[in-house]
Amino acid sequence: MDKKRRDFLKIAGLSAIAGVAAPTALNTLFKGEVIASDHGGGHGAEPQGQGHAKIEVPTGKRFGMVIDVNKFHRYEGLAEKCTNACHSIHNVPKFTDPKVELKWIWKEPYEHAFTEHSHYKKNDELHNMPFMVMCNHCDAAPCVRVCPTQATFKNKDGMVLMDFHRCIGCRFCMAACPYGSRSFNWSDPRGKDKDGKPLIAKENTKFPTRTRGVVEKCNFCAERIAVGQEPACVEACGATKAMIFGDLNDAHSEISQVLKKQYTIQRKPALGTKPSVFYII
Amino acid sequence: MVKKRENQDFVLSLLQERKGDAMYDGGKIIPGLVIFVGLMTYPIWSGNAGTTPKPVKPTGHEKCVKHKEFMRTSHMVLLNEWRDEVVRDGNREQIHIGDKVYDKSLQNGCMHCHTSKKKFCDECHNYTAVKPYCWECHIQPKETI
Ligand code: SF4
Ligand code: SF4
Ligand code: SF4
Repeated sequence: MDKKRRDFLKIAGLSAIAGVAAPTALNTLFKGEVIASDHGGGHGAEPQGQGHAKIEVPTGKRFGMVIDVNKFHRYEGLAEKCTNACHSIHNVPKFTDPKVELKWIWKEPYEHAFTEHSHYKKNDELHNMPFMVMCNHCDAAPCVRVCPTQATFKNKDGMVLMDFHRCIGCRFCMAACPYGSRSFNWSDPRGKDKDGKPLIAKENTKFPTRTRGVVEKCNFCAERIAVGQEPACVEACGATKAMIFGDLNDAHSEISQVLKKQYTIQRKPALGTKPSVFYII
Repeated sequence: MVKKRENQDFVLSLLQERKGDAMYDGGKIIPGLVIFVGLMTYPIWSGNAGTTPKPVKPTGHEKCVKHKEFMRTSHMVLLNEWRDEVVRDGNREQIHIGDKVYDKSLQNGCMHCHTSKKKFCDECHNYTAVKPYCWECHIQPKETI
């Protein structure tokens, strides 16, 4: 009797261990295969384990931006020009109420843009400078990790993009983004404001609008880069060279050269999101 | 068990009783039914299924990116594929048909030839009572009429 009970306990113990270990072991075994078929499978839209997007290590290109704040300070109106260029090209509606407004690129004071940096006894000029803020196209983008539908994803060129078709408006990404780079469409962007004027003054027929319940943000002008154009904001800066766009992974690109020579800062670097937007102060 | 048996017997006896009975107002009901079914199936046997949709074909373009039969039934499949290729994979490779080049895009591709949503898309979508939500975001070409 005694012996039997001990045997039983041994077997029970072993099966419990096997039961716990087997799924993990199988997972490790099959993981290689799953990732391999992901790579071969074409569409990034297929759901992956637990609905979380895998953040790929940058291979090849990684686009980034350098913003020279001094130039924005020097050329009055340049900030507005950039915002207008971006917003008109991307059909971003103009809400006056800051609670519901939509923004892809806009001006912030130093205190707001660089909350992690010390503001104590900084020079007066710094406080008057216009800091253009936009999506940082983070290398380790938290918005990509949290998006349950993979509407937000990282493309092969290191841009954090949105597939508006897939966005369900859960706004997890807005909670995850530490920079407030994302805006939500609280109402129909094709609607009219209080004075009966359309929110999108003049639609760009080459680009879609969004619909109510969808999140949007700067897309690094992916649609323009694809056809060999510069981002609209960079184009608006023109010869001032207040914004420089290019491949951070290419040592010979203009942006890499500038970064090598100039001292730049990034927003909230301590969070580890690895922003791709740099500021010359 | 016994109870069940009794129930079955009772139902059977009821059925048997009804069997020989004549149908009340059979003379009205049966022709009525025939007329009703006839009317309901009229579009099927008469071949007149209402005004069939006549989407307006673009001028100056003979060939679509796929053949007509495929486009008729599966254009939405193609559009979904294009969407994934362009938006997600950044594959904007254009489509060459004869000497013409087309963008993989609804707004900047299809609608460049099919210049009227009303006369093309809506024709069949209204007929089949489907309401695709493409146009909630994509901007349709200006209707000229
Ligand atoms: S700035 Fe915000 S929205 Fe842009 S990639 Fe980083 S976390 Fe995402
Ligand atoms: S709001 Fe849209 S993009 Fe943001 S996490 Fe939800 S589904 Fe993804
Ligand atoms: S890169 Fe393009 S989308 Fe982003 S802020 Fe500039 S113009 Fe707007």
